[in-house]
Amino acid sequence: MLEITPAHYTILSAALFSIGVIGVLVRRNIIIVFMAIELMLNAVNINLVAYAQQLQNLIGQVFVVFVIAVAAAEAAVGLGILLAFYRNKETVNIDEMNVMRW
Amino acid sequence: MDLIWLIPLLPGLGAAVNGLLGIRYFSKPVAAGIACAAMGGSLLLSLFAFAQLLGAEHREHVVTIANWIPPIPLETVSGVGQFEVPWAFRLDPLSGMMILIVTGIGFLIHLYSSSYMDHEPRGGYVRFFTYLNLFCFFMLMLVLGSSFLVMFVGWEGVGLCSYLLIGFWYHKKSAADAGKKAFIVNRIGDFGFVLGVFLVFFTFGTLDFREVAEAAAHMPVEAAGFGVISIICLLLFVGATGKSAQIPLYVWLPDAMEGPTPVSALIHAATMVTAGVYMVARNAVLFEHAPNVMFIVAVVGAVTALVAATIGLVQTDIKKVLAYSTVSQLGYMFLATGVGAFSAAAFHLMTHAFFKALLFLGSGSVIHAMNDEQDMQKMGNMRRYMPVTFITMFVGSIAIAGIPPFSGFFSKDEILAYTFQENKVLWGLAVITAGMTAFYMFRLIFMTFFGEYRGPSWEKDDDSHGDHGHDDNHGHAWHGPHESPRLMTTPLWVLAVGAIVAGFVGIPAAIGDFIGVGNAIHHFLEPSFTAESAGHGGEHGGLHLSHPVEWALMAFSVLVAACGIGLAYVNYVRRPERAAQWKTNWAGAHRVLTNKYYVDELYDATAVKGTMASGRGLWTFDKGVVDGAVNGAGWLTRAAAWVSHVLDKYIVDGLVNLVGWIFAEGSYVFRRGQTGLIQNYAVATLFGVFVFVTVYVVARYVG
Repeated sequence: MLEITPAHYTILSAALFSIGVIGVLVRRNIIIVFMAIELMLNAVNINLVAYAQQLQNLIGQVFVVFVIAVAAAEAAVGLGILLAFYRNKETVNIDEMNVMRW
Repeated sequence: MDLIWLIPLLPGLGAAVNGLLGIRYFSKPVAAGIACAAMGGSLLLSLFAFAQLLGAEHREHVVTIANWIPPIPLETVSGVGQFEVPWAFRLDPLSGMMILIVTGIGFLIHLYSSSYMDHEPRGGYVRFFTYLNLFCFFMLMLVLGSSFLVMFVGWEGVGLCSYLLIGFWYHKKSAADAGKKAFIVNRIGDFGFVLGVFLVFFTFGTLDFREVAEAAAHMPVEAAGFGVISIICLLLFVGATGKSAQIPLYVWLPDAMEGPTPVSALIHAATMVTAGVYMVARNAVLFEHAPNVMFIVAVVGAVTALVAATIGLVQTDIKKVLAYSTVSQLGYMFLATGVGAFSAAAFHLMTHAFFKALLFLGSGSVIHAMNDEQDMQKMGNMRRYMPVTFITMFVGSIAIAGIPPFSGFFSKDEILAYTFQENKVLWGLAVITAGMTAFYMFRLIFMTFFGEYRGPSWEKDDDSHGDHGHDDNHGHAWHGPHESPRLMTTPLWVLAVGAIVAGFVGIPAAIGDFIGVGNAIHHFLEPSFTAESAGHGGEHGGLHLSHPVEWALMAFSVLVAACGIGLAYVNYVRRPERAAQWKTNWAGAHRVLTNKYYVDELYDATAVKGTMASGRGLWTFDKGVVDGAVNGAGWLTRAAAWVSHVLDKYIVDGLVNLVGWIFAEGSYVFRRGQTGLIQNYAVATLFGVFVFVTVYVVARYVG
């Protein structure tokens, strides 16, 4: 029976993180990008939980709770900005968001 | 006598009231009333002052009413003097006589004008009386002024009024031009006069007539050569030739006839033009000390008299004849002053004022009757229509022709006698002139009042207009020649009486001794022509001819005058065709005379054209050189500014812009990275993470 070792967790986490990164970089719809960011955060959470189990230390677990709380706040703020943007530009395409240029 | 300053002031006030208020508000009778009242008051004051003067022991009275120019230190020939001029008026026999002439004749002419100018519109009518009063104000100031400068104020003032009145009908170009001509020609004379006054002050340190005369009396007579007094006298005489229309400055007076006829009578016959004679007589002492200038004066006077008389022979304009006659008679007066007969000059001035004013007013009456026709060729037989004018003008003509016992005879004969004593050639000229005077005056009378009526016809609709025709002839219909209204004939009568009796104050010694009457005016005027302190006072007054010679001279001049009258009678009444014959036989001479010796053309070709040419030359200089310099400076400034602008734009601005350009272009590379797309930045971040991780891993595990 295959035992689930920290390495498995780490690989899962790395895979999830990579999927998130790629999603952030290549997707044009800002909502998808948003969800990709959630993926990356949760990849980190898996890592934290796995190492907390491995090291028998609860600080990792606590961190995960913090990360979930911050992610929720971040999702709220992000969706607010997204709404404001949509009202201005009638689009959610990230290529249109280039006003931060010179 | 202390009120003599009111004599000029009253007409001045009249002019001020009429000029400031009247032109807008007063009706014709009110304005004429004010003007006449001012002159009447002035006349009464003059009579009063004159009576007092006759009664006074010392016949000179100076009234100072105000300070004018406070003492100013000025350079004179004898160190620094005080230039001080008060407003002072001097009443002495000469000025006393003059104020009587000016106010007396002035008053009559004011009366006459109130009727003569009646067809003017109200504004013009009041303006006319304003000018007329203003003229009397200045003329009285001229004769009463006690110093050269006060006299000069009047002198210039009458010139101004003369200009205003000649150009009274300013909408008529010829009148406006004549006014300008009179003013400009007078300026030439006035320039000489002013220089003379300067020299008087520089020489004597004062401008008061009496003080100058006293000072001059102590200086030697400049018998040989031209000393300072001679130069003063010459300059003053230049002024006199301008004002009194003598050669070479007489050309303005005939043109001045463009003014209304009362103006010609008052200003250009009786008063203003005699100002030059008056001024020379006033400075008799000075002139006595310059015998050479006296001779010049006499020659100029005699030649002017002759030349003007010859021109007068052929003129057909009734006023032009009288104008040349005036020039000629003024020449007589200067001839008299030139030979030292100052009282004779003043005497002739007075008698001339009467008969010439009379003749002018009479001609005005005729012109009025003929509906503003001035050409004598279109008149004739006027004595039938206007007997009063005829009789009075006839009296005036006899007076000017010199038939005894009319006034002109006495004054002219006195001049002839003095001239005979001094210079036989000048006497010859004067006698010829006298004959011509008689001829052209009676030519005027015969052409106007005798013979066939040659004027335009008129419609004889009804006789009810016959007597008071004055008002209705200027509006629309003209009902033929008619006698003038009473307001115009009354002055004619008064002046006619004057022209008859004025001579009796100067009965020559030959007749005077015979009937036991002295030469009153001669004796009366004497103090004005001599310096009180001078030892040789009165020496020039002597007429040293024996009585038989005087009788012979008188008889001769009467004979000459009678010949002139007879010739005129034959040529213009008995056989009028002879006049035309003369004209064809002597066509050349006639043409020269009708063209007034081409003097106007000569002056036009020399003085006027010369002035215009020099003006044009100066204008060219101004335009080319002065304006050129200014414009050149402007152009240079603009050129410098352009260079500066180029430097600023391409060098200074260029440097600044270059710096900006370098940074703008240099930043291109960096700008490309800033796409504003968040994903690009994220890629960069990820790439950076890879790099750091790679470096870490390599450093940790490989190196």
